[in-house]
Amino acid sequence: MEKVAMNGDQVIALAWKQIDPDVVAAYPITPQTIIVEAFSEFVADGLVNTEYVCAESEHSAMSMCIGASAAGARTATATASAGLAFMWEMLYIASGMRLPIVMAVANRALSGPINIHCDHSDAMGARDSGWIQIFGENVQEAYDNSIMAFRIAEHMDIRLPTMTCLDGFIVTHSLERFEPLPDETVKKFVGDFKYKRSLLDLKNPTTFGPFDWTDYYFEHKYQQVDAMRHVIPVINQVQDDFAKVSGRRYNIIEPYRLEDAEYAVVAMGSTAGTLKDIVDELRAEGKKVGSIKLRLFRPFPAQELAKTLEGLKGVAILDRAVSIGASGPLFPEVRSALYDAKDKPKLKNYIYGLGGRDIKPEELKHVYKQLIYNEGEIVNFLGARV
Amino acid sequence: MPGEKAGELPEGGMILEAGSSRKYNTGDWRSKRPVCDESKCTNCLVCWIYCPDNSIIVKEGKRVGFKLTHCKGCGICANQCPAKCIKMVEEGV
Amino acid sequence: MSAVTSLKLLSEKEDRYVEGHRLCAGCAEPIIARQILLATDKPVVVSNATGCFEVSSTIYPFTSWNVPWIHSAFENAAATISGVEAAYLALKRKGKITEDIRFVTFGGDGATYDIGFQAISGAIERGHHFMYVCLNNEAYMNTGIQRSGATGRGAQTTTCPAGTCVPGKREFPKDLTKIIIAHDLPYAAQGSPHNYKDLIEKSAKGFEASGPAFLNVISPCPRGWRHDSAKTIEIAKLAVETCIWPLYEFERGVWRLTGESLRIAEGSRQKLPISEWLKSQGRFGHLTKDKWNFVAEEIQANVDTKWQELLKLCKI
Repeated sequence: MEKVAMNGDQVIALAWKQIDPDVVAAYPITPQTIIVEAFSEFVADGLVNTEYVCAESEHSAMSMCIGASAAGARTATATASAGLAFMWEMLYIASGMRLPIVMAVANRALSGPINIHCDHSDAMGARDSGWIQIFGENVQEAYDNSIMAFRIAEHMDIRLPTMTCLDGFIVTHSLERFEPLPDETVKKFVGDFKYKRSLLDLKNPTTFGPFDWTDYYFEHKYQQVDAMRHVIPVINQVQDDFAKVSGRRYNIIEPYRLEDAEYAVVAMGSTAGTLKDIVDELRAEGKKVGSIKLRLFRPFPAQELAKTLEGLKGVAILDRAVSIGASGPLFPEVRSALYDAKDKPKLKNYIYGLGGRDIKPEELKHVYKQLIYNEGEIVNFLGARV
Repeated sequence: MPGEKAGELPEGGMILEAGSSRKYNTGDWRSKRPVCDESKCTNCLVCWIYCPDNSIIVKEGKRVGFKLTHCKGCGICANQCPAKCIKMVEEGV
Repeated sequence: MSAVTSLKLLSEKEDRYVEGHRLCAGCAEPIIARQILLATDKPVVVSNATGCFEVSSTIYPFTSWNVPWIHSAFENAAATISGVEAAYLALKRKGKITEDIRFVTFGGDGATYDIGFQAISGAIERGHHFMYVCLNNEAYMNTGIQRSGATGRGAQTTTCPAGTCVPGKREFPKDLTKIIIAHDLPYAAQGSPHNYKDLIEKSAKGFEASGPAFLNVISPCPRGWRHDSAKTIEIAKLAVETCIWPLYEFERGVWRLTGESLRIAEGSRQKLPISEWLKSQGRFGHLTKDKWNFVAEEIQANVDTKWQELLKLCKI
């Protein structure tokens, strides 16, 4: 199809329009507002059959999504930052109840101080909640991830809610050329919504959300853990299917010029895109460097990442969030994945871009320099006046 | 029933069997039991509408018994009976 | 309407909420829920806030529910049912559902007056077709009898105990029914389990309100209010007879007294002094002390003022 120019928020609304979910319940928050506004226009023009509910808060929005999904409806929503934090309790419940809700998260810094710009602290705060977390680099990926997410979440072996993350303002508000899929292709790709039990199935009255004593809770949690183990094979299959209909090939780990690289930088989100340009520049100077875009954070692809990074001399992990009192959140996961590797690269953590602080090409080049010359600390702060 | 493995349970904590609490005998809780003087009972069914535990057995508009598997012995039926034909007696006596 | 409340006919209906739940002996909540669920023949789907009623009815793997039921969290039962209702509308539009279903939400006073107020206000403002039932036992009972916005003035709870300096709760309760009515919804009412005819008729109206409906029902709690488990219905009746919990309804803009409250207003039934209410429950026991006498007087004055306001609203 012909390429059009839209921003990251608009393409998510477009994906929803093409999928026509049964229910969307959402609350506006910068920088996700364009998603709900654009979708509201589709509703007002009768272009979708969706029952669209303007929730009075994010906690209620997720609660509505839970009610709707339990009632056998395909359900979508979107939020960011404080909104995600407000619905934190409900994220765990959505996953515990095994409801395949799909949510776009416009990654934005958590308060305080209040900041409306991009970092990954919001999604990182939800990393234990039992949601599948997919990160997108640009507008095209934001669109494609939104479509694939329904297939992943709704897979009968999975049934876990899924968040597709896109960088706040950087992707949500940037106009980029992207290629939409035809309506029919999207509809056919996501297929019909199936459920195991529904609140509206009167012939099989079901109790959703019981109370567990100590004798059942552990097993119910284990079920979620077990479902997460099926996610990577399912995502790989969905990405294969998506490549067939779109011509766009996605992998959960996308190395760039890594074949003979000695040093590499790992990143999620839009910075993974910037890194590719830096790699090209450094390669032109003869440096053996590469980069890795990590698209899947939960479940964490430990084995796959270890295989990708093993044998490199040095790897820098970029974190656009910090777990205050520890390091960035991605860093220990990568380190732990490599713990048993025979040929472990030297690992460094670079926390950057908090509160939308711009990441400059020189700063990324500096990271490679520190890798090559083994400079810097184990945990570093890139671009902060410290 | 308890002791199922994680893989044997329905997902998401869903309870698939409606009304399964009937299998849980709350009658074990009580220390007093209702007894009805049938000769005075007018089948007004006031005890039935006020019983918190569905433990007044009604068949064809007539109060035919107490569900002793579940009756907790609260005494509301005895307290509210307009004909004063229900008395609470000590269990185990 | 009288056909709805023939006990013989009602007793032939299938139980929607069954025995085996773990609520205390003599708890009013199951009595109220059973009466309300008898008020419609349409299929119902229930959402339930965290609290005594929810926990006791669904201790895994047992459920007392014979109808579809969902609990998600404490403060969001109204939001949860909003989502269910939205799904229902969407799926009905697509022809995937053909039945006419009714949606009802149960929440305690904690979930309704306090932590869940945002969700219920939003749900009513958006006009979802559902009925919200507040099981008002005037405290956060499930967590151990702590005070709520519904707790009566002078009542003892674990977070407003009666000590040497403070005689129980200092504040008068929120008049939540009036706050809900200020949303101008199609139907709202106060009820009591002792007057089952009144409660079932109101529930029937609520189910058919073609929009949001709200029932606030007094729910005596033998544990928290400190009374004999056999006296639950008797005490609910006292709440109405002393006018501390009047029975009334708001139907499409018209305020109306019902049941014993109507007869008290008309003069054919005696309004009992608040001392009858206070002496019936241990949670007010400390008010008999001389130094706390003024509290009982304040409660009576407040009841009388609010009663007069209600008479005016009902144009009596």
